[in-house]
Amino acid sequence: MTTTTPRHAHTAPTDSATSRPRHRRNGVRWRRGPFYVVLFALSVIFFAPILWMISTSFKTRGDATALPPEWIPPTFSTEGYTTLFRDAQAPVLRWLLNSVLVGIATTALVLLTASLAAYALARMDFRGKNVAFGLIVSTLFVPGFVFLMPNYLIVDAVGWLDTMWALVVPSAASAFGVFFLRQFFLSLPPELEEAAVVDGANRWQTFWRIVVPLSKPPLATLAVLSFLTSWNDFLWPLYVLFNPENLTLPAGLATLQGSYATDYPAIMAGAVLASVPVLLVYAFCQRYIIAGVSRSGLKG
Amino acid sequence: MTATRHGSVDARHPAAVPAGMHTRTVRGRAGKPLTPYLFLAPFMAVFGVFVLVPAVYGIWISLHNWDFFLPERPWVGLGNYTELFDPTSFVASEFWQSMRATGLFVLFSVPFLVTIPLGLALLLNRTFRGRTFFRAVYFAPYVLGVSVIGLLWQYLLNANVGLVNHYLSRLGVDEVIPWLTATPWVWVSLVGVTVWWTLGFNTVIYLAGLQGIDTTLYEAARVDGAGRRHEFWHVTLPSLRPVLLFVLTITILASANMFGQAYMLTNGAPNNETRTAIMVIAETGLEQFRMGRAAAMSYVLALLLIGISTLNFFLFRRQEKN
Repeated sequence: MTTTTPRHAHTAPTDSATSRPRHRRNGVRWRRGPFYVVLFALSVIFFAPILWMISTSFKTRGDATALPPEWIPPTFSTEGYTTLFRDAQAPVLRWLLNSVLVGIATTALVLLTASLAAYALARMDFRGKNVAFGLIVSTLFVPGFVFLMPNYLIVDAVGWLDTMWALVVPSAASAFGVFFLRQFFLSLPPELEEAAVVDGANRWQTFWRIVVPLSKPPLATLAVLSFLTSWNDFLWPLYVLFNPENLTLPAGLATLQGSYATDYPAIMAGAVLASVPVLLVYAFCQRYIIAGVSRSGLKG
Repeated sequence: MTATRHGSVDARHPAAVPAGMHTRTVRGRAGKPLTPYLFLAPFMAVFGVFVLVPAVYGIWISLHNWDFFLPERPWVGLGNYTELFDPTSFVASEFWQSMRATGLFVLFSVPFLVTIPLGLALLLNRTFRGRTFFRAVYFAPYVLGVSVIGLLWQYLLNANVGLVNHYLSRLGVDEVIPWLTATPWVWVSLVGVTVWWTLGFNTVIYLAGLQGIDTTLYEAARVDGAGRRHEFWHVTLPSLRPVLLFVLTITILASANMFGQAYMLTNGAPNNETRTAIMVIAETGLEQFRMGRAAAMSYVLALLLIGISTLNFFLFRRQEKN
C-alpha cells in the first residue's frame, strides 16, 4: 500500500502527458500570454502607487500637482527632503531613529521572552503548565483595543508615558510568539537535547547550544514579524507619545498631513523615509515573512 | 554572566536524580523544580502586567466614572453600560453611529477581502516562471504602515490633483469624484485602499492552504472526468474549509478594528459617517479622558466580536457535518 501510492503519484503526470500531448502543449502555450498580461497588470496596480510616492518625493512643489502627471520628475529636486529636515516641529530623522530603536528593542525582547517561555511549555513538566498555556492561548482571541484604557493607566503609573518604554515593554508580551515557537520546538526531535543532557549540559546550556541554533528559521520569522508590527504600530504611539522629539515615524507622519497640507514632495519624502527600511527588510527577508504568515493560517 | 551562574547551580543536578528517573528527567522534570519557572518568568512578568492585569483592570475601570484628571473616581456600577443603551443619551447615539460605521465597513470590505485573495491565490498556485516574484509584489503594500498608506492615498485620491481622478477623466469620466469627502465615495475609497493594502496577507494564507491539499484528490477528480469548475467546487473549496473559516474570522476582526485608514483618509467625514468605533473609543478615553465610558464601549464591541467569531465557527462546523 505504502509503495503503490507514491508510484501512482509519480506516473500520473507522464500518463496524461502521453495520452494527450499535443493538446496539452498547445493549451499551455496559448494560455501563457494572457496569463502573464493579467499578472503584470496586477503588479502595476500594486506597485505603481509606491513608485509614485518615490517619484513625487523628488519633485518640485509645482511639478507634484501638475497635470498631466509626470512619472519621472521633470526637474529632479530634493527640496521635499530638505524642507522636512529643517523643520524643528517635524524632526523626521529623530522619528526614524526612534522607530529603529523601538523596533530593535521590541524584537529582541520578544525573541528572548517568547523563546524561553515556549521552551519551558514545550519541553518541561511543571505545576500550572496547562493553566499558563491556556491563559496565553486564550488572549490570542481578545481584541487589542480592550487593553487600551488599562494599559494607558499602567504605563502612566510606571512613569513611561511619552517614552519609548511605553511601546517596547507592553509589546514584548507576544502570546503569538510563544504559541508559534512552542509549535516549532515540539516538532524538533528530542534526541539531540537528550544527548546534550547525557553529556552533562543543563537546561540553560541545552537551550542556547542545541535548541536556539536549530531554531534559526522560526526565530528569524518571528523577528521579522515583530519588527514589522512594531515599525507600523499606529494607534498606541499616537496616544502615548506627545513631544515631537519622542514620536515614532507612524505617529509623526500623521502630524505632517496637517502642517504640510499640499506640500506633496515633503509629505511623500516623509512617507519614503518610513517605507524604505521596511521595503528593504521585506526584500531581504521576504521568505521569512511569507513563511510566518503561511504558518499562522495553518493553525486554523 | 547569568549563563554561568545558572550553569553552576544546575551542574549539581544529575547526581541528585535517582538512576531510575533518568529517561524522565530528559524530557520532563529536569533540574531543580524551579527551572521551568525561571524560563517562564520574563515572559510571564510582562504578560501579567500588560495583558492579564489590564484584562481585569479594564472591567474595574468601566464600573467607575473614571476621569483621568479628576481625583475622585466614583463607583457607578453598570452605569457606563446602561448609558450606552439609553436611546436619549448623546454618548449612546455617538457610539452607535460609530458602530454603524464599523459595521458598514466590515460588510463592504470582508466580501472583497475573502474572495479576491482566493482568486489571486488560485492564479498563483500554478507552476510558472516568476511565481515567487509576483507573490512578493502583491504582498508588498502590506509591509507599509497605515500612516504611509494614508498619506499616499490622500494624495492619489485628492479630487483635484489626484492621479485617480486624472486617469478616470482620461477614460471619459467627466465628473470630479469627491473620493474623501462624500458618500458613497468615502466607502469606496476606504474599502478600495484596504483591499489594496491587505490583500497580499490573505492571499499568502490561501496559498499555504492550497499547497496543503492532497494532490491525489485532483487526480481522482480528473479520472472521473471533472472539469476545472467542478474541481474547484468539489475538491478545492471543501478542502479549504478550515482555511476559509480562519481567513473569514481574522478579516472580520481586522475590519472591525479599522482605525488608521479612516483617521488618515477621511477623519470621519462626511458628518462622522466614517468615524469608526475604535476612533470613538480612542477619542473618548484618550482625548477627553472619560476612561470608564471608553472602557465600557470597548467591552461592548469586544463581546460583539467574540460572539460573531463563535457564530462563524459553529456555522462552519455544522456545514462540515452535513
